[in-house]
Amino acid sequence: MDQLLAEYLPILIFIGIAVAIPVFAIGASYIIVPQHPDVAKTSQYECGFEPFGDARRKFDVRFYLVAILFIIFDLEVAFLFPWAVTLGKIGIFGFWSMVIFLGILTIGFIYEWRKGALEWE
Amino acid sequence: MIQALTFYVFAFFTVVSGALVISARNPVHSVLFLILAFFSSAGLFVLMGAEFLAMILVVVYVGAVAVLFLFVVMMLDINFVELRQGFLQYLPAGVMIGLVLLVELVVIVAGHAMAPEAGTTVAQPIPPVDEISNTQALGELFYTHYIYLFQAAGLILLVAMIGAIVLTHRKRDGVRKQRISDQINRRAEDSVEVVKVETGKGI
Repeated sequence: MDQLLAEYLPILIFIGIAVAIPVFAIGASYIIVPQHPDVAKTSQYECGFEPFGDARRKFDVRFYLVAILFIIFDLEVAFLFPWAVTLGKIGIFGFWSMVIFLGILTIGFIYEWRKGALEWE
Repeated sequence: MIQALTFYVFAFFTVVSGALVISARNPVHSVLFLILAFFSSAGLFVLMGAEFLAMILVVVYVGAVAVLFLFVVMMLDINFVELRQGFLQYLPAGVMIGLVLLVELVVIVAGHAMAPEAGTTVAQPIPPVDEISNTQALGELFYTHYIYLFQAAGLILLVAMIGAIVLTHRKRDGVRKQRISDQINRRAEDSVEVVKVETGKGI
């Protein structure tokens, strides 16, 4: 257990660095720089024109289709990892178990390909 | 020491971002806090030795599910200020569901506390992390012992895939698609004409 966690120590250090640098950069600029905001300073300048409307507009539903198809194949790959690690132990039965699983998803894959769900137009 | 400190940091961030998910004004911010909650829970999973779950949480939930949530939040054309006005009205129902979930969690955890030997009498005891890695332990059980559940998972994914296509995919008119077979079948004789031009004359 300790050995396992020791392997994750570099990742923890990276997370620490990744948090510390932005906090330092933004915090230091907030503290050091004199802050005297007025109307002219806080208004938009150059390309920052006044927004025409709300940024939240209706999305095309096609984005959703792409995202959900991505999730499904993402999960399929997630199932492959433990299978690949233990393939020597679970034998021919485990192998065919996964092949059937992949076959089921391939039916779906062929369906979406034939339907043209993968094309953007 | 580091382990305990890391646990408290991750647990703190999980709880705080979980509270912010439901209290943030902007739903997009809620989704971003949800991602932070997923991420810190992944850290907690690693601390428990459940490596595989932690990585799946990052890959599937942070990478895909949260993006889907963002799409859904942005796709819906809802006035969220208006939606919030019924917040207090729905509070009792929400509190009830929360209480039921809490009771279920307490029953599970207290069951373990009252009968510590329960973990050893199950059909497949959890092997210690030092002997066998988490991913391996899962893989040895999942594809053989729990094959029906595994295939059911595949069928659920198939239904989800077909359902998403049936619900959202529609033919659009006036779209010019690339037809690769047409491009390949095109011959030079059909489209190009070679004209001999005599010297000193035009065509």
